[in-house]
Amino acid sequence: MSQEKANAEAYWKANLRLITGCLIVWALVSYGFAILLRPLLAGIPVGGTDLGFWFAQQGSILVFIGLIFFYAWKMNRLDKQFELGE
Amino acid sequence: MSQFAINVLFVGASFALYIGIAIWAKAGSTKDFYVAGGGVHPVTNGMAIGADWMSAASFISMAGLIAAGGYANSTFLMGWTGGYVLLAMLLAPYLRKFGKFTVPEFIGDRFYSKTARMVAVVCLIVASVTYVIGQMAGAGVAFSRFLEVDATTGLIIAAVVVFFYSVLGGMKGITYTQVAQYIVLIIAYTIPAVFISLELTGNPVPPLGLFSDHSASGEPLLAKLNEVVTALGFNAYTAMVDNKLNMVLFTLSLMIGTAGLPHVIMRFFTVPKVADARWSAGWALVFIGLLYLTAPAVASMARLNLVTTIYPDMAGQVENYDAAAENSIAYADRPNWIRTWEETGLITFQDKNDDGKIEFYNPAADFSDRGWAGNELQVNNDILVLANPEIANLPGWVVGLIAAGGLAAALSTAAGLLLAISSAISHDLIKGAINPRITERGELMAARISMSVAIVVATYLGANPPGFAAQVVALAFGIAAASLFPVLMMGIFSTRVNNKGAIAGMLAGLIFTLVYIFVYKGWFFIPGTNNLPDTVDHWVLGISPLSIGAVGAVINFAVAYLVSNATEEPPQEIQDLVQSVRYPKGAGGAVDH
Repeated sequence: MSQEKANAEAYWKANLRLITGCLIVWALVSYGFAILLRPLLAGIPVGGTDLGFWFAQQGSILVFIGLIFFYAWKMNRLDKQFELGE
Repeated sequence: MSQFAINVLFVGASFALYIGIAIWAKAGSTKDFYVAGGGVHPVTNGMAIGADWMSAASFISMAGLIAAGGYANSTFLMGWTGGYVLLAMLLAPYLRKFGKFTVPEFIGDRFYSKTARMVAVVCLIVASVTYVIGQMAGAGVAFSRFLEVDATTGLIIAAVVVFFYSVLGGMKGITYTQVAQYIVLIIAYTIPAVFISLELTGNPVPPLGLFSDHSASGEPLLAKLNEVVTALGFNAYTAMVDNKLNMVLFTLSLMIGTAGLPHVIMRFFTVPKVADARWSAGWALVFIGLLYLTAPAVASMARLNLVTTIYPDMAGQVENYDAAAENSIAYADRPNWIRTWEETGLITFQDKNDDGKIEFYNPAADFSDRGWAGNELQVNNDILVLANPEIANLPGWVVGLIAAGGLAAALSTAAGLLLAISSAISHDLIKGAINPRITERGELMAARISMSVAIVVATYLGANPPGFAAQVVALAFGIAAASLFPVLMMGIFSTRVNNKGAIAGMLAGLIFTLVYIFVYKGWFFIPGTNNLPDTVDHWVLGISPLSIGAVGAVINFAVAYLVSNATEEPPQEIQDLVQSVRYPKGAGGAVDH
């Protein structure tokens, strides 16, 4: 029982670490690159404008899609590794 | 064939398809009605979420908003997509594991409190009703423009169709119609965009065309657009925004609000497994992304097309923009699409300097040196997507497709919202509080009756939209962000937050958000009752009432945490429940007990 509990706790901690990592990237591309850090990236040209504009209108959405699939794929592996899947 | 006949054909064929699906997917049990039997494939569910989520606002209004605001309105693009990251990681898989029918049901069980459940029901109904009014009004606009019937007649036709497949089929009927509606709306949205992108940049993929060179001038499209709009006194399209705090908070409010809207969360209850809930969030964002990546391209290209229609000399390489601006088209020579839209009143012209030509520029700018006496052309943002095929001279069937697509976007979202409302009434209110002993058949009947009543109310409000219709969207997102999202997240990620904390947090977040909105927008949106003018100088720290939901959410979290820590721990069985939703193992289908 306690071993099962320790296993479950380790799974949950791994999930929380994964979520934290993903949400850092999520915030960095949208609130970071696209808004707050845009002036710093103004020197990097992309199609007639700058990198921050690209992140605001296109890049962030592509990163979001990638993040969700990455998370789903990682979690399915964690489910199997900890034998907590369905 | 006349344009009218083509439009009727396209809209009629799409409606016949939805009704056919409804008959095929009739709901036989409450499980069918609330969660489509719990057996929806994640890709199918992703597509249905896409249609559910993309409303008349996304389809009709968003590109117009971006065209008008440029970079500053990127908030809508990021906000309405970024919420899915939160849903996929913080809510959807755990709520699917919990395995019940409605959002208030989770809140009621997790916080072992009927009061919490009822607060959630009220938040859900207010957020969903305000949202559904906009959909019905949007459907009315599409009908009156394309089918030449008055908006009320159009609305009644739409209501009968929605009634048919949602009352008969519930979630099951809605899911499969939404898949069909997604296909209709995405084709309708992308085809004109592909042609316009080809014409302007030579690139058939609109998101790539956005960052390509403009064929006629050889400059990058966005650089060209900046030159053209600044020559007319507008802000540069890609200009930086000074009030970054407000931009961050507005985007955050839209993201948290998206993740907290019950009609979207409910869709995750329909898949067979926890892993499927994660995948369907990803697929949903792929399908949503197809439109959201096209929208900014449509926005910038339509804005450029609009300006160069009025000032033909600005289209190619331009040495002197002042000279190009002098040579605008004569009102008598205006293209046909301007004439058509003038009939709806969404484009208006007034020749202020009596020179017979159209002068279109930023009304706040002073161009008296050019002999201009004021902006003469008013163009409503909402027509941009609908007029796109006509601006690009596309064949009549594309216009018919746009009509069917706009209606698909409005009706699919309306059906999802109506289902969220009716399940809150029949499952949470009637079965959960008033008559817990109601039979399955009785509950199914109650769900159908409440759905019917909701449709009648929504149709009435859509035909007679209250004056505040445009502002209530802020309210819907504010409520979802400030009240529902934080308690759902704490219910999963904390074992310590208890009933008192959750209720105090929800009420604190909700009341704070409502008061901030009402102070600037008028109490209950009654004009003239606002305490402060709704301008940036009067906003606290420059935070607009539209952005306040994110602050309300922070208050909700803080109050719930403090109150919970000051009061007793939740009982052991609740802590066990929280533990159980964290692990996929042992999840069955969504059940009702």
